[in-house]
Amino acid sequence: MKVLVYPPNSLILSDLVERSGHKAVVLMKEIGEHVRDAEIDAPPLNVTEKDLKRALRYVSVEEPAGLKGRVGLLAPLLEQAEAAVILSDAPPTFGCMGCAVADEFFKFLIRKRGIPTLEVRYKNKCGEGEGERFEESVAEIMAFLERLPRDEKEGNEREGKDEKGEE
Amino acid sequence: MVKVAQISCGTEYSGIQWLFNEVAARVGIELVYPEMELSKVKEACREVGLEVESPSLNMMIARAVSMLDDPTVKGALLLTCFKCAEGTIVKDTVRRFLQERTDLPIISYSNVEKPKEKEIYSRLEALQTLISRKSLLMREKQEGTTVGVDSGSSTTKAVVMRDDEIVGRGWLPTTDPLKSADAAVQAALKEAGISVSNAKSEVEAVGVTGHGRELVGEHLNADLSLEEVSVVSKGAALLSGRHKGDATVIDIGGMNNKLILMRDGIANTFNLGGICGGSSGRFLEVTSHRLDVDISELGKLAMKSESEGRAKKGKGEKFELQSYCMVFGIQSLVVALASGVKREDVAAAACRSVAEQVYENQIQEMEIRPPVIFVGGVSLVEGVKREFEDLLGVEILVPPNSQHAGAVGIATIVSGV
Repeated sequence: MKVLVYPPNSLILSDLVERSGHKAVVLMKEIGEHVRDAEIDAPPLNVTEKDLKRALRYVSVEEPAGLKGRVGLLAPLLEQAEAAVILSDAPPTFGCMGCAVADEFFKFLIRKRGIPTLEVRYKNKCGEGEGERFEESVAEIMAFLERLPRDEKEGNEREGKDEKGEE
Repeated sequence: MVKVAQISCGTEYSGIQWLFNEVAARVGIELVYPEMELSKVKEACREVGLEVESPSLNMMIARAVSMLDDPTVKGALLLTCFKCAEGTIVKDTVRRFLQERTDLPIISYSNVEKPKEKEIYSRLEALQTLISRKSLLMREKQEGTTVGVDSGSSTTKAVVMRDDEIVGRGWLPTTDPLKSADAAVQAALKEAGISVSNAKSEVEAVGVTGHGRELVGEHLNADLSLEEVSVVSKGAALLSGRHKGDATVIDIGGMNNKLILMRDGIANTFNLGGICGGSSGRFLEVTSHRLDVDISELGKLAMKSESEGRAKKGKGEKFELQSYCMVFGIQSLVVALASGVKREDVAAAACRSVAEQVYENQIQEMEIRPPVIFVGGVSLVEGVKREFEDLLGVEILVPPNSQHAGAVGIATIVSGV
């Protein structure tokens, strides 16, 4: 399945998804396509007016430009996602979009899509020792991913890679 | 190239960073991003006293703190998105924090997805002037005989100055910028007792500022051409004799306006209007046309209404225009006249409309550092001065020749070239 992770640029979460035999839907791919597009000359991220207009499907025209840009980049991810993992309360170094409003709104959009979604917190249940008990969250995420039906093609690709890797 | 720290929360997501980089390079600015360690973000937020929900805004705070450790940085550009509530709080807090710790010039800008290139250009150009021409801007006295020309969008002003005195003035509407500049200079020379044929030998230097400065500067073979922010603030300091300490300059011209915070006679923070013509002299021109009164009499008419208002204080409410807009505000004015509202009350409402819009869009984004010096053509409309005094609760200083602040500023600065 195509699993959207949030924060959308989290390498750890996307790695967990890939390990479980699913396809991670992440921001890096979207930005990568923008940056490599020789037709666009709007450095550093090559965010264009088209991206901002795409955001208008989800946000009001009154929203700040930076929020529209972020939602515009995230919209294609949202539209292709078949499942999602949302990690809350993670520090910025774990991956983030920088804008708290975009963050809240995008999580809302994921929930609204009605796809299988797991929400976990980075902090432990007592709210202490940030990340110290993250293995519990990882186990929860892995269990969720295991329960998701695998795309046959993706599964085969994954198995092929594992076999190749073991060789 | 001068180094300016860009302190922002993610202009790259607005798709306009390339424009900032391009314009900055054109005016001789290298935009740099102050380095900071992620582990120091919380510490920086504690130092500034503000931590918010958005990680990028917290990083913006950390970059501002980090900037203070880099002696190669000569100014700051603070950017957040227009309409972002959290961003505005951070931007304002960071600006105040930096102003407490440094004398470097700082500009704030609220970015939108389609910014006007001209708006960015004029702000960055002014920032560049304040950094690279600082020694020239420190001049407090005009020397010799110089001519200053302010080629504005609405009117062209020229002055001849001799040993720190204005000896000639010219002021007329801008039609063809070159012809208007020639006519204004000729009028100023005539008043100064200098014939056009002797001008070359008697005038030691010519300086030009204003919208048409590049074209007019080339035409007059000017010795110096500078943007308006640094020049108008210098002119305001000279005309009011406020060379030391803090001061605020409000400049409202025919088609634009500026709010400048000064320290020791040099601008160090400014905010430029230009979003709406309703806060310019043009709005008052249209009003005076509808009231069938000369623009020079509009202020007096408005003052009449105010004195009546004070006399019957508490008995009636002031008439207000329903919109700041040049179209809808004037429509409201016409409806009011038709419904029997007095001309003087309408004139006062128009003055209040301009003052309130400048207050809401510009002054409230910064702060007021007394004394407040009001210059530009609109400063001659007494009604607007009075409305600013009511709004701000401070006395507004309108120096003599306030409409010539730009021309006086550049005539003084060019005497040091």
